Amino acid sequence: MEIALFVFLVVMAGTSGEMFVSRAMKGIGEVTSFRPGAIARVVGRALAEPWMWAGLGMMALAFFCLLVLLSRANVSFVVPVTALSYVMAALGGRFFLGEQVNASRWVGVCLVCLGVALVWAG
Amino acid sequence: METGQHLRGKTAVLLLLMVAFGSSGDTLMGKGMRAVGPPAEWSAARVGEFLSQAALSPIVWAGFGCLLLFFVSYMLVLTWADFSFVLPASAAAYAVVPLLGHFFLGEAVSPLRWAGVVTITLGVGLVGNTPPRTTLPVVEGTQRATAAAAAAAGTAKGD
Repeated sequence: MEIALFVFLVVMAGTSGEMFVSRAMKGIGEVTSFRPGAIARVVGRALAEPWMWAGLGMMALAFFCLLVLLSRANVSFVVPVTALSYVMAALGGRFFLGEQVNASRWVGVCLVCLGVALVWAG
Repeated sequence: METGQHLRGKTAVLLLLMVAFGSSGDTLMGKGMRAVGPPAEWSAARVGEFLSQAALSPIVWAGFGCLLLFFVSYMLVLTWADFSFVLPASAAAYAVVPLLGHFFLGEAVSPLRWAGVVTITLGVGLVGNTPPRTTLPVVEGTQRATAAAAAAAGTAKGD
C-alpha cells in the first residue's frame, strides 16, 4: 500500500514538475547553439523563469519519493511502473500545454498503461 | 532555417544521451538505495538519517551524476520538442532499466513482468513515431518569425 502511494506521488509530482519545466523552456525559445557559453546563457534564462522554480520544486519532491521507492523495491519494478507518467504526460500536454496528441500517440499511451498493469501483476 | 531532417537528427542524438544517462542513473541509484534501506519510521529524525545515508553512498552519487547529465540533455531537447513527445520517447530507458537490473543487479524478473516491459516498449515506440513539434516555436525577431512561418507552412504541406 505504501508502495502504491509513493508510485502515485512520483508520477503526479514528477509529471507536473516536468510540465512546469517544459513551459519554462518553451518560453525561452529554441536552442540553436551548443557552445558552453550559449548553454550557460540558456540555463541562466531558464532559472529566471518562475515556472522553472515551480517545476524544480515538484521534481525535488518526486525525487525524494523515488529514493524511498528504490530503497524498498527493485529497479526492475520501480522504473517500469513510473511509466504511468505517460498517461499524465499526454493529458497534461493536451490540456495544460495545448499540444496536439494524435490517435497513434493515445494508442501508445494505452499500451504503456497495459504494460504497467502487467509489471505490477508480475 | 532548419530542415525537418536536421531537427530529427539533433533530437535523436539528445534522446540517445537521455536514455543512456537516465537508465544507468536509475540503475545505480537503485543499487545504492537498496543498500541504504527505507526509513524505519516517518519521523523527521529517521527521514534525515535516511537522506544522510543516501548522501554518503558513492553509488548513489554516481547515479545522481548520471541523472544530472540526463536532466541537462532533457532541458536542451525541451527547448524545441513537445513535452508529450519527449517524455515518452526518452523513456525507452523504462525498458533498458529492467535489463540492467536483471543482468547487473541480479534482480528476479517474472515472465509476466517481462511481458509488461515489452508492452511498455511497444507503446513507447508508437508514441515516439510522431513529429517532434506540433506547436509554433517562440521567436525573437521578425526574421525568425518569417522563417518559422515558412517552416510551419512547409510542415502543413508535408502532412
